[in-house]
Amino acid sequence: MRRETILNLAIPGILLATALIAYAMDEPYIITLATKAAILALAGVGLNIALGLGGLVSLGHAAFFGVGGYAMGILAFHAQNYMPIWGVIEGTKSMPIIWLVALIASALTALVIGAMSLRTTGVYFIMITLAFGQMLFYFAISWPTYGGEDGMSIYLRNGFPGVNTLVPLNFFLICFVILAVVMVLTDRLGKSAFGLALQATRQNAARAEAVGLAPYRLRLVAFTISGAVTGLAGALFADLNRFVSPSMLSWHMSGEIMILIILGGIARLSGPVAGAMLFIALEYVLEDLSHYWHVYLGAILLGVVLFARGGVIGLIAGREVAHD
Amino acid sequence: MSAALLIEQLLNGLQFGVMLFLMAAGLTLIFGVMGLINLAHGSLYMIGAFAAAGVAGWTGSFWLALMGALMAAAMIGALVEMVVIRRLYDRDHLDQVLATFALILIFSEGTRFFFGSLPLYLDTPDLLSGPTMLPGGIEYSKYRLFIIAVGLAVGAGLFWLISRTRIGIQIRAGEADREMIAALGVDIRKLYTLVFALGAALAGLAGAMIGPIQSVEVGMGEPVLILAFVVIVIGGIGSIKGAFIGALLVGLTDTLGRIMLPQLFGLFMDASSATTVGASLASMTIYILMAGILLFKPSGLFGGQS
Amino acid sequence: MTEALLQTCAICKSFGALEASKDVSLDLFPGEIHALIGPNGAGKSTLIAQISGALRPDSGQVIFDGQDVTPLTTTQRARAGLGRTFQISALAMEFTVLQNVVLGALGQRGKVYRFFGNVMRDKALLERAEDALEQVGLAEFRNFVTAELSHGQRRQLEVAVALTLQPKAFLMDEPMAGLGAEGSHRLTGFLDGLRHRAPILLVEHDMDAVFALADRISVLVYGEIIATGTADEIKSDPRVREAYLGEEDAA
Repeated sequence: MRRETILNLAIPGILLATALIAYAMDEPYIITLATKAAILALAGVGLNIALGLGGLVSLGHAAFFGVGGYAMGILAFHAQNYMPIWGVIEGTKSMPIIWLVALIASALTALVIGAMSLRTTGVYFIMITLAFGQMLFYFAISWPTYGGEDGMSIYLRNGFPGVNTLVPLNFFLICFVILAVVMVLTDRLGKSAFGLALQATRQNAARAEAVGLAPYRLRLVAFTISGAVTGLAGALFADLNRFVSPSMLSWHMSGEIMILIILGGIARLSGPVAGAMLFIALEYVLEDLSHYWHVYLGAILLGVVLFARGGVIGLIAGREVAHD
Repeated sequence: MSAALLIEQLLNGLQFGVMLFLMAAGLTLIFGVMGLINLAHGSLYMIGAFAAAGVAGWTGSFWLALMGALMAAAMIGALVEMVVIRRLYDRDHLDQVLATFALILIFSEGTRFFFGSLPLYLDTPDLLSGPTMLPGGIEYSKYRLFIIAVGLAVGAGLFWLISRTRIGIQIRAGEADREMIAALGVDIRKLYTLVFALGAALAGLAGAMIGPIQSVEVGMGEPVLILAFVVIVIGGIGSIKGAFIGALLVGLTDTLGRIMLPQLFGLFMDASSATTVGASLASMTIYILMAGILLFKPSGLFGGQS
Repeated sequence: MTEALLQTCAICKSFGALEASKDVSLDLFPGEIHALIGPNGAGKSTLIAQISGALRPDSGQVIFDGQDVTPLTTTQRARAGLGRTFQISALAMEFTVLQNVVLGALGQRGKVYRFFGNVMRDKALLERAEDALEQVGLAEFRNFVTAELSHGQRRQLEVAVALTLQPKAFLMDEPMAGLGAEGSHRLTGFLDGLRHRAPILLVEHDMDAVFALADRISVLVYGEIIATGTADEIKSDPRVREAYLGEEDAA
């Protein structure tokens, strides 16, 4: 096996082991942190489809994360208040339905935002995705029905058939299995016909055009899939916190998801997982050391960008070509 | 709506636009000359505001505070350029985004460390406090008029700097071709530091001037930064003229949208839902404006080919 | 008389005051190699860009395979069967050599929106890709990362990718550029045979190759075609000697 293949198994393995050990030692807080890492990793895996495979530097992925979160929040809100949406559609507390709605809603959002942003490239694309993300952020703040600026709480975690989701380890396992499944699917996506064409548009758009592939459509499809996965992560994140607020839509969130990928290693399958674990661990350790832990996070990020381009996995696995 | 109110809102929009112009001009200049996307530009705005609040608290003089803000922002800008930013010119946009995002984290927390989390307030100088009477009997804040005047003066100064001076020629040459400017015997490193410091000073000035209108707090630079991006997308990257027109468009659209949309919806809705819907949509108008312009001119009103 | 496969009809394009294409009419018939030569700055790249679809002419038309393709994008023209190679190698540098040719084969086949099967195990695509590598002599380098290839090998790979497209016509922008004497000799032999599969519009600086290969030569000077004819006709054309060959003698 190649070193990267081993890492792709080992890194999620460490996450799983952390949660199981924490369970054995009766440390529910650590399980919650592991769950948070799994969910953020999922968001990162989503962004990595656009960023790593497609080379699309989206600073607006919080929009999809937030739409997923609000999809969960709105459905559960109507269910817990026994108040159908527009008086017609019943809310729900069932995770599978919520996930499906979150996937569809965030995919549609990504499709619309992508259709406009992908008309441009480079810095314009970065600024426009950022701007559209901010638009949804302000919309959520000024729309009072679902809590406006304060967000809204869901009293009880949503349910999954046959599983008691109130047990922290169970909810972790649900998130972990979703992460694992999405990682396998993403790996196959990267190796598929679509993946090859998409990566060609990243490396050389003129080449893709010259062989009859239209970069715009390839990118739009990738952006939509990417947004949908990040949206699913948003629904889980909201469920973890039992709380949704505009902060899920803020551009800091977009930045954080991107940081995860870079800390772990861009275009690496398990990069976001390594990055998310590192991020959560840093937050946990540094927050204890100092209120101002973001200074250290900033310094580390700056160091990685300036001096260690491959992230953690790059340091361990060497400069192998990813996704071949 | 009465004419007086409309004029007042137009002036508010103009004042907002002028602030955005000060931010966007620096960003677009830095992008045009060095090809750098600088997310930390909002931090320089914040630094300007805090420096002004600090100096004002110490000396009690608004004018010294303004000078202090300009100098602090320019100096920190130059320092950051020399330590971090210059390593990013040859990197791709992703690295620039990440590194300057890291700078935001460092600046925001650093400011919180030195100044605490409580918002600060800057007093309006006596000379400019209170309203003044405009022709036609309209009362309007002297201080806001001052901001508009400063912004327009800075804009005119920038046009003059770019089109008439030696440095302006070098800047324009740098936009066209980095090698050519090096061949002309200009010290390109110095020029870049200078341009970055100039952009930083403009952001710092904007931050300092907003102090008496808004509270000075950590994170205040980011909403303005993102609006400045919208301005640049609308105006076209690298164009000072585009930044000016874009800034006024965004400033006026946003200000008027917030006033007029709730009234518009009030025509066919009950008052409370009209306010809700109107306010929600008003927060989106400038982005819709941006999307509309993108549809027809993907590289902005005054941009070259993207 | 067969019909021209590729035609430009009175193409005009200017950038501000600079007229890069002045009323350019060119045609390419089945089975021939038509070379386009001209001094630097004559507007060859602009013309190629208009034929491939990267630029729109201000006026005039591009006709390909009986269809007016002027409004079509680069992608659509490639799908219609126009296979081009680039002056400066435009390859996916992080891909392996094989991935680059598979990409070409994929573009030709279509059905790109398949998200799960491993494209590098698709027999039909692999077969066509490896066949193309074989033809240009790159088969043994199939697993090299493209960025590791020498300049000459990248030129060969460019041609291989164009082959996988099974185009109706080739548009080759200086395929010999940077090849050594031996490499360009080999490629000359290869192109010689290729014309029977699909005609080639060849932009080339290597005069030996042009005179050895071209059935017809057109000379572009300051955006205008000043002469079209066989190698001998071109060599003896006084306007060409004055405007182009003369200039090169002096250089």
